[in-house]
Amino acid sequence: MTPKTASLRDWLSTDRPMSRRQAFMGRVYHGCRDFSRNRLAMLGLLTVLALILVAIFADLLAPYSAYTGDLRTTRLLPPSWAHWFGTDDQGRDILSRIIIGSRITLMVVILVAVLAAPLGLIVGTVAGYAGGWVDAVLMRITDIFLAFPRLILALAFVAALGPGIQNAVIAIAITSWPPYARMARAETLTIRQTDYIAAVRLLGASPWRIVLSHIMPLCVSSVIVRVTLDMAGIILTAAGLGFLGLGAQPPMPEWGAMIANGRLYVLDQWWVAAAPGAAIFVVSLAFNLLGDGLRDALDPKAAK
Amino acid sequence: MAIPDPTAAGVTPLSAVATRTAGQRFTPHAKSFGNFLVVILLTYLGLLAVTFFIGRVIPIDPVLAIVGDRAPAHVIERARQELGLDKPLYEQFYIYLGKVLKGDFGVSVLTANPVMTDIKRAFPATLELASLGILIGAGLGVPLGVWAAVRRGKLVDQVVRVIGLVGYSVPIFWLGLMALVLFYARLGWVSGPGRIDVTYEYTITPVTGLLLLDTAMAGEWEAFRNVFSHLILPASLLGYFALAYISRMTRSFMLNELAQEYVIAARAKGLSESRIIWRHALRNAMVPLVTVIALSYAGLLEGSVLTETVFAWPGLGLYITNSLQNADMNAVLGGTIVVGSIFVGLNLLSDVLYKLLDPRTRIR
Repeated sequence: MTPKTASLRDWLSTDRPMSRRQAFMGRVYHGCRDFSRNRLAMLGLLTVLALILVAIFADLLAPYSAYTGDLRTTRLLPPSWAHWFGTDDQGRDILSRIIIGSRITLMVVILVAVLAAPLGLIVGTVAGYAGGWVDAVLMRITDIFLAFPRLILALAFVAALGPGIQNAVIAIAITSWPPYARMARAETLTIRQTDYIAAVRLLGASPWRIVLSHIMPLCVSSVIVRVTLDMAGIILTAAGLGFLGLGAQPPMPEWGAMIANGRLYVLDQWWVAAAPGAAIFVVSLAFNLLGDGLRDALDPKAAK
Repeated sequence: MAIPDPTAAGVTPLSAVATRTAGQRFTPHAKSFGNFLVVILLTYLGLLAVTFFIGRVIPIDPVLAIVGDRAPAHVIERARQELGLDKPLYEQFYIYLGKVLKGDFGVSVLTANPVMTDIKRAFPATLELASLGILIGAGLGVPLGVWAAVRRGKLVDQVVRVIGLVGYSVPIFWLGLMALVLFYARLGWVSGPGRIDVTYEYTITPVTGLLLLDTAMAGEWEAFRNVFSHLILPASLLGYFALAYISRMTRSFMLNELAQEYVIAARAKGLSESRIIWRHALRNAMVPLVTVIALSYAGLLEGSVLTETVFAWPGLGLYITNSLQNADMNAVLGGTIVVGSIFVGLNLLSDVLYKLLDPRTRIR
């Protein structure tokens, strides 16, 4: 080991950081180190990265068209070297459809996270900081949503909004923000007691400023972990909606919808339904492993 | 290897179940019975408000659904008045509340029956499925979790963890399909979709609607076996999903209890290890566990929607999805309210149970 890396490590691991940047880098370094020791979490991370890469380069990776097949020659072929996962009832290559479909899965997950997490954060931090009747009202609403059956509620929302991938995203987002709000509120309650919040308040910062720029950033990391853990659930719910014909509409190669299609042939041509289900399984397992690892790395308390 | 922290569980397909943990009560401030009653009323009111909202913002015009889009303007106007859609929203909500409280969810467009009649017919099927599911899930999940906690870090622990992770990650409808292919089509161990073979369908008179009980009471053991072979596969699937959650939580509660001082004291007294585990630690862990099991049960009632679709199980879930696909909003909302009410009820019940079982949380 060269002295230079050793000194860099010392600089990162010092318990007396000289600057904000050093303290921040040190925390990142230790987080990454803990995380990379966790082999399963690394496996999850690599799989998620692979999913992202596949989604980006889907057009290049897919060996055949995901939307059109040859009905005369390639209908319902079993897995072979030419078609690794076989072909479906319209002669389309299932591997290609799964590759293109990864985009839909990734998009759903990102959109739900982008919609639900900030909503939960704002509700939770505002409730926690404001206290009083604002807190009571917001938390009562959160509790009501928490007590609802999420899949059924998402079903009813999609039924009302009409089937389609956007509406599925909205429905899932509407039903998945309450846990984030609860978490953010719990963290806010501890943060608001701290001296530095009192200092900021004495400096004359407005409540909104305190919430937005002094409390919310501190809640973000735990919410991110929670969102990562929830991603598997989001993927499964989206796939379930797709399976019921309420999510992405044909001919979109959404994995859940592909299973619904393969269901018609499942007794004789099992691979049509097997492959997309395996894809859902691998991706949500990866998100679960990643989320577990992130939580252990970021929250030492939880990882006893 | 990282040990997952189940108290932060948030990864289960029984999503709503996992959003709450034993440390995070649903009614944290409910200090008195009156307060608790208000919480119940508010929650149910919220549920009805949401379903009312869903029913009123639908793009599918309820008037058009009845009279058709070729109806002349005066027919549409009359239908609108008869449905009460010309009144202000709060008045409509008030009328809606009154109807729902009487169990009147309107008439299903699809079956032409009152929705309540359909639901009454479908509910026992779901109840039977979810009940056997939770029996399997809790019956295996609790011992597995205890075992994993006792042999912490050992092979058993890892295996239980993997079982749980797979349960959190696998799409239930896909697993159901694959299980059907394997156990029904290939191996022929179980019967296929549906609740009972047509041969037996009209030989038994429904008393409870739970076919296992009905056939057993009638002494029709052949039919009983048939019902069981239809039921066991979907129930095992649901049970597996409950097991994933229950075993994880059991492990965490047991680890918590085994680290307590009273366990050391019991060891010092020379009690046998099995007595410490099963009589001392598990009894204490049982308090939060009961609520976890109640929540899992609620989750299974909901989670059966997808399972029922796969297994053509004529329960509430299949009823809701069938109605959905036919834009039968009365039936969808009626089903949502019933499932939602049971779900909310079990949620609240688990809170009450928690308070009753744990003397420390009892109101002074």
